[in-house]
Amino acid sequence: MSELEGMTAKQKLAYYQEKMYQDALDGKAKGELVCWSSSIAPCEFCEVMGIHMIYPENHAAAVGAKHGALAMIELAERRGYSLDICSYARINLAYMDLLVEEAKTGVTPKELEECPGPRIPLPDVIITCNNICNTLLKWYENLAVELNIPYIIIDVPYVHHWPIPEYTKEYIADQFEYAIKQLEDLCGKPFDRQKFIEVQEQCQRSVNAWDRAMGMACTVPSPLNGFDMFNFMALIVCARAKYAAEDTFNTLADELEAKAARGEDAFKGGEKFRIAWEGIACWPYLSHTYKSLKSLGCNMVGSTYPGAWSIHYTVGNMKEMGAGYCKMYSNTCLDHKVDVISDVLTSTSSTGITYHLNRSCKLMSFLNVETAEIVKERTGVPYVSFDGDQTDPRNFSPAQFDTRVQALAEIMEQNKK
Amino acid sequence: MYTMGIDIGSASSKVVILKDGNDIVAGEVIQFGTGSSGPQRALEAAFEKSGLSFADMTKVVATGYGRFSVEQADKQISEISCHAKGIHFMVPTARTIIDIGGQDAKAIKLDKRGTVSQFFMNDKCAAGTGRFLEVMSRVLEVPLDQMAEYDSRATEVVSVSSTCTVFAESEVISHLSNEIPKENIIAGVHASVASKACGLAYRTGLEEDIVMSGGVAQNAGVVRAISRELQKNVIVAPNPQIIGALGAALFAYDEAMKAQ
Ligand SMILES: Nc1ncnc2c1ncn2[C@@H]1O[C@H](COP(=O)(O)OP(=O)(O)OP(=O)(O)O)[C@@H](O)[C@H]1O
Ligand code: SF4
Ligand SMILES: [Mg+2]
Repeated sequence: MSELEGMTAKQKLAYYQEKMYQDALDGKAKGELVCWSSSIAPCEFCEVMGIHMIYPENHAAAVGAKHGALAMIELAERRGYSLDICSYARINLAYMDLLVEEAKTGVTPKELEECPGPRIPLPDVIITCNNICNTLLKWYENLAVELNIPYIIIDVPYVHHWPIPEYTKEYIADQFEYAIKQLEDLCGKPFDRQKFIEVQEQCQRSVNAWDRAMGMACTVPSPLNGFDMFNFMALIVCARAKYAAEDTFNTLADELEAKAARGEDAFKGGEKFRIAWEGIACWPYLSHTYKSLKSLGCNMVGSTYPGAWSIHYTVGNMKEMGAGYCKMYSNTCLDHKVDVISDVLTSTSSTGITYHLNRSCKLMSFLNVETAEIVKERTGVPYVSFDGDQTDPRNFSPAQFDTRVQALAEIMEQNKK
Repeated sequence: MYTMGIDIGSASSKVVILKDGNDIVAGEVIQFGTGSSGPQRALEAAFEKSGLSFADMTKVVATGYGRFSVEQADKQISEISCHAKGIHFMVPTARTIIDIGGQDAKAIKLDKRGTVSQFFMNDKCAAGTGRFLEVMSRVLEVPLDQMAEYDSRATEVVSVSSTCTVFAESEVISHLSNEIPKENIIAGVHASVASKACGLAYRTGLEEDIVMSGGVAQNAGVVRAISRELQKNVIVAPNPQIIGALGAALFAYDEAMKAQ
């Protein structure tokens, strides 16, 4: 633990991320099991079983942020994957192919050698929850079939009406029990129910620390810059079941509270406008989008994205845990999405919002055209949409983005008057 | 007092010199945009026409894709705000603007003060823009400034349905090889641009007056097609291609007044 003493939140983020990837690689070498999981699937079961977790979406985002996406995407397309498929999927499927090739031949393919993202081990089991989208189902099935390994699916019904009905919760809870059974068979050992309680408790503490840190964006001016929100998200995705997440987010929240108490904001006094960002970041252009907004004095303080991992439930209650994973924002009806975005705008005092029309993510993008108009009607907050992609760098035009956000800033300025 | 607005677009460069925020003493267009010799040539033309120089300009505002490349600019303002400002000056009753330029098509909703309340822009795609028309004018061997005339003689609007510019080009080529009159194909090309622009315009709520700006507004065939599609009267702003630069010059005037 001493190693961590005195570390900043940013240092802890880097430290824990690297450690998790390394532990998974070392574990795999020792014959321990590795699971590839979709980003908002329950992590609790594998954690209890001592299985190392790797999150392909997260990994693909890291590859994208480090400008390694195009090489993987081109490889996937050469192998026949359509460019209409989510770019996370294309990156990950290409990456899996390269790992398989390496395992078979003992030679590391050039593309893998040169890939700037972290190295990950091949999985022994796959877990998916379709609370995010249904692309995941086929993408992960593809992994499981190609690698000939078990595929655990948690199917959560789409939420059309509130509150979430009992039968939905029961349906999900039953699947949780079945997932446990599948893991017991795979690991050849019983599921430790006492440890399960401890893991759930840890998840809840991590989520509370996450909420605490992200909540600082509501302070005016905000000590948190939203692009850091995107960066720190890596740990709420990958380490919810570990102390690492709780520790890092509490350190972050402490730092932000101290900053706010000193009256400092993320832009050293330059926060002119507060805006929200709907959708995934453009990872290959993270720095461009950040700088472009910053040059206009726009701090991105609102995003629905962090809230997606704010998964609260009563520890020990399987049905409540099921509901927690079910009410993830992209698994809910348009009305609820509008509520969520409107709340983000109000709670963060945002006076503008940008919608990322993400070519990869049909689920979010197609709805956002409609969502944007309803939110505008309800809140009066002006918006802009821009074309992009979370990791395919070919689908984003920096100059078009700049023009749109500058016009948004001009509208916000004029609305101040 | 003189102020200047420079609009460096993707297809053309425009310069407007304004006297006392009211009289246009020069409004020059060079059909080459950002990254070319266009901006320099447009400036030279404006200075020649007015007999003025940079030293005479109290403030300079730049807009368009090339707005950050103008050294002399005191400020950069987006084309959206500049078109709104320019149109409000020319046609104060305007509530909806349709600007079609070289690579962007925009629909802007104005409030009564003439300020932007919402705007919609095309996707990262050349369909429905001036470039699309330029490509078609080349395959049809009809100069851009004669497209409207051909359109007016059309007896039928032939469908050009591909969104992709390259596919639309081959669609046009196959119409040509089927000996469909160029007039009718051109009407189809205009309808295709119009339907894209109208898709954006509908989202503004279409409050009247509806006014067009940008280079493509000079093509009466497109204007007619838009008017037909919207079933509304569409006004073309006077000298539509310089509207963005005019708006910039007006903003420059505001800046100059603020500084005083
Ligand atoms: N005389 C003309 N007759 C018809 N169309 C014309 C004429 N001159 C220019 N155009 C059209 O206008 C387009 C350019 O418009 P404009 O000058 O508004 O573009 P821009 O401002 O450079 O582009 P953007 O705003 O997209 O960056 C050309 O692509 C062409 O289709
Ligand atoms: S399509 Fe969207 S929600 Fe689905 S995996 Fe890709 S980015 Fe995630
Ligand atoms: Mg223009």
